[in-house]
Order: sequence, then structure tokens, then C-alpha cells
Amino acid sequence: METTLFYILSAVTVFGTLCAITARQAVRAIVYLVTSFFALALIFYILGAPLVAAFEVIIYAGAIMVLFLFVIMMLELGSPEKLPKPRLADWWPAVILFLAVVGSVTVIAASRQPAIAPGFTAISVREFSQALFTRYGIAVEAISMQLLFALVGALYLGRRR
Amino acid sequence: MSVPLSHVLILASVLFAMGLGCVVAWRANVIMMLIGIEIMLNAVMLTFVGGSAHWGIADGQLFALMIMALTSAEVSLALAMVVYLHRRKGSVNTDDFDSMKG
Repeated sequence: METTLFYILSAVTVFGTLCAITARQAVRAIVYLVTSFFALALIFYILGAPLVAAFEVIIYAGAIMVLFLFVIMMLELGSPEKLPKPRLADWWPAVILFLAVVGSVTVIAASRQPAIAPGFTAISVREFSQALFTRYGIAVEAISMQLLFALVGALYLGRRR
Repeated sequence: MSVPLSHVLILASVLFAMGLGCVVAWRANVIMMLIGIEIMLNAVMLTFVGGSAHWGIADGQLFALMIMALTSAEVSLALAMVVYLHRRKGSVNTDDFDSMKG
């Protein structure tokens, strides 16, 4: 059951991302990306990470993508917000890189028999937060400083002069 | 739950390759480049969470959380920069920002 769900969700994720990177308008790309992130959040939930799944929906789909939408709509990119299509010459290196990465992964996956899946273990929220606030306390402080610096930098860049 | 870890890793690498392709193909547009970076960071998060589930240790999920915090900081700064550049030159095309002759 969960295995089937995983493959369906990964297909949704890949398809949404594919639509996002080939979209003609930035707003459509963002909406496709939100779809793909919802599916990815469900994959995180299946992999036993409920907290990361919730944060994916709240922070990624809820905050970051809305920030993108806000900026795209605030800038006047011409009407409608249509992006100039990348030239054909721009697609070649991208396609070559994509095929190189996917091809190497396929070769690796085909040459080795998949190990017998031992089954994933879910990690409880208690375990997660215990590790976060005891072993990684310094990292939490560093992240909070980083967010503060980002806030100050964004205020400095965004002020009117 | 019987998804092998390798399938999770394959999904993550396909997503990463798509993000890389997005950054390379749309390198004339700042906003689409940022979207490609988001896709790549999500693929990395999927790798961390898959490893965390495979070995049963919480550290991978912690790193996923830190990547999320890092991304929010990065995106807020980058979008502030985009607004600033758009105010100065009136475009988000990277070819217009060539005053350093790079």
C-alpha cells in the first residue's frame, strides 16, 4: 500500500517539476512547484518524517513559494508575466547535464542488485526534538544568527533611497 | 514499507538533475534560476530524509530542517536582491547586468 503510494507520489513530483521547469510563465512555474512540493511532503511522511513533512508544507509551499509569487507579481515583468523563452542553444547544455546525471544513476542502479529492503524506521517527534536541542544546540544558534543576518540584509537591500 | 533506499536515491537524483537543468537552461532569468536552486535543495533534503529513515537516526531529518532554514534565509536575501536590481535596471535578465564586464 505505502509502496504503491510512494511510486505514485514520486511520479507526481517528477511530473510537477518537469512542468515547472518548462513553464512559459513564472507564476505557472510556481504553482506547479507547489504541487510537486505537496507530493514531496507526503513522501517525507511515508519515509517516517512527519515533522519535516509539516515544515515542508508550512515553510516551503506556504512561505517561500508565496514569497516568490509576491515578488513576481510586485515586479512589472511586462503583461502578461511571460518570460522570454530560452534559446535553443541554452537548452543543449541543460539536456546534456540531465542525461549525464540520470544515465550515471541508471548505470549504478542497474549494475547492483538492490539490497533486501530492511524497512524504514519512523522517527518520533520526541526523538527528533531531543536530538535537535541537546546534540545540535550550537547549530540551532548558528541558524538563528543566520536568519537574523538575512533579515538585516533584506531590510538593507529593500529600503528606499 | 518496502521501498528500497536506492529508489529514493534515484528519485532524489532525478529531481537534482532537473533542478540543475533548470538553472542551466534559464540562466538568462534570475527568478527561474532561483526556482532551480529550490528544486536542487529539495532533492538534497529527500536524500537526507531517506538516509535518516534507512538507518533509523534522527540526524538526517535535522539536517533537512537546517537546509530549510538556510533556504528561507537564502531566498529572502536573493529576492530582496532581485527587487533591488529590478529597481535599478528595470529587468530581471542577467544579460543586462554586465557592468563588471564579466
